[in-house]
Amino acid sequence: MSRKYTKDHEWVSLDGDIATVGITAYAQEQLGDVVFVEVPESGRQVAQGDDAAVVESVKAASEVYAPVSGEVVEGNEALTDNPALVNEAPDSEGWFFRMKLTNSDELDGLMDEAAYADYVKELG
Amino acid sequence: MATGCAGGVIGVAAMESTLPKPQETALQRTVLFDLHERLGAKIVPFAGYEMPVQYPAGIMQEHLHTRAAAGLFDVSHMGQAWLDPLDEAEDAASLFEALVPGGIATLAEGRIRYTQLTNPQGGILDDLMATRFGNRLWLVVNAACKESDFAHIETALAGRARLRVQARALLALQGPQAVNVLARFLPYCRALTFMQAAWMVFEGEEVLVSRCGYTGEDGFEISVPEAQAVAFAERLLGEDEVAPIGLGARDSLRLEAGLCLYGHDIDTDTTPVEADLMWSVPKRRRDAGDFPGAEKITRQLADGVARQRVGILPDGRAPAREGTQIQDRQGSLIGSVTSGGFAPYLGQPVAMGYVAASHAAPGTEIHLIVRGKALPAKIAEMPFVPQRYWKG
Repeated sequence: MSRKYTKDHEWVSLDGDIATVGITAYAQEQLGDVVFVEVPESGRQVAQGDDAAVVESVKAASEVYAPVSGEVVEGNEALTDNPALVNEAPDSEGWFFRMKLTNSDELDGLMDEAAYADYVKELG
Repeated sequence: MATGCAGGVIGVAAMESTLPKPQETALQRTVLFDLHERLGAKIVPFAGYEMPVQYPAGIMQEHLHTRAAAGLFDVSHMGQAWLDPLDEAEDAASLFEALVPGGIATLAEGRIRYTQLTNPQGGILDDLMATRFGNRLWLVVNAACKESDFAHIETALAGRARLRVQARALLALQGPQAVNVLARFLPYCRALTFMQAAWMVFEGEEVLVSRCGYTGEDGFEISVPEAQAVAFAERLLGEDEVAPIGLGARDSLRLEAGLCLYGHDIDTDTTPVEADLMWSVPKRRRDAGDFPGAEKITRQLADGVARQRVGILPDGRAPAREGTQIQDRQGSLIGSVTSGGFAPYLGQPVAMGYVAASHAAPGTEIHLIVRGKALPAKIAEMPFVPQRYWKG
């Protein structure tokens, strides 16, 4: 499926019933150099909008929210040793966690790529 | 995603801050504002000014560049003023000692001193730099405090001294190559040692060159007339070694250097004793006890303090931001972090904060409570990186 996006600058990509979650290129650029990432442990239940991960730049700490509800099945351990992956490849290797969806209808409330692009453009 | 605890007032622009804010129309700009925009800076509100928090290179690169070569900072938002005695037979430096615990009267010509304006309770109203020129004193104070500082000084010294606030730009050129770069324009800058200043002439205008800074590196602060500031900054930026540096890296550089940020690491609730700044209070002043708050400060020196400013090195990679609780290894609250973040030169997080004096010794094992988890850390000596001041 194509990617969906939240107003909080997470992306979610669905493969079967497993969703991969990351932050957008726009988000990593706003953050600047990422120096620390904390990903959720597998087995954790999260509801849409819950704090799920933490990303820190030199200056600030930010929360990454769960874009949809479900159970975390994997955190991206590569980010622990190399948080800069979030800057280098936010759309691919810099993913944060994978989760098993409990309600795929939640995806319908998110933006598609074109809508997100318009949203970011409005932010200036 | 949303920004939670920004590490202080100069947090990187969060998602929300990309939206226009109505109060930003009231913000002031330094004369270098257009230059910052041309250089692609990300602008944030800071101390009533629209200031560059970072340029396209980013905080990490800007920080490392300053330690490796030379960084140019616009610090024109800071307050600059002459303090003149009303009676020419008097000495501004001696008069100023009524307001600060530092050794100002004894300053030699062109020498700079770091000191603090203290209140009667021993709290710190601001920290500042004072330089002697004849019987006058040149003061540089923090942007956020400048109006209140100047009002305080004028009131306290009314009838004996007057303050003349100077509308000048202030540039800082910091890093191991700063002296080589600046000497191409102002050759005499090489003659200065750390904490020494002199008036020099650049293209017909008088500039004040002070060999000091806020990074732990050798470097200079250069006060220039506003009309000349952009041209001067562009000349410096035209040199290969020089990159523009924003407030973000200014903050991480000073934290690595163990230097206090007013309003965070020191304020009216902290005394120079608690803040570990008594190196800036000479014996003559301690013995005389003739400065605001002397009673409290003298008592703290004799009896000890309940809490003390310390450096902190987390064992792991998670930064501990301002406000983070500090516990002993048994889980009792012993203090909190006042500045914390990632130290680009060290490649690991660092912090400073206040802890109970019983736990202030370097090497003491503590816990930092980050997002509900107790993360192991140790009290550490500051500065975190060696100071590289030029002492001749």
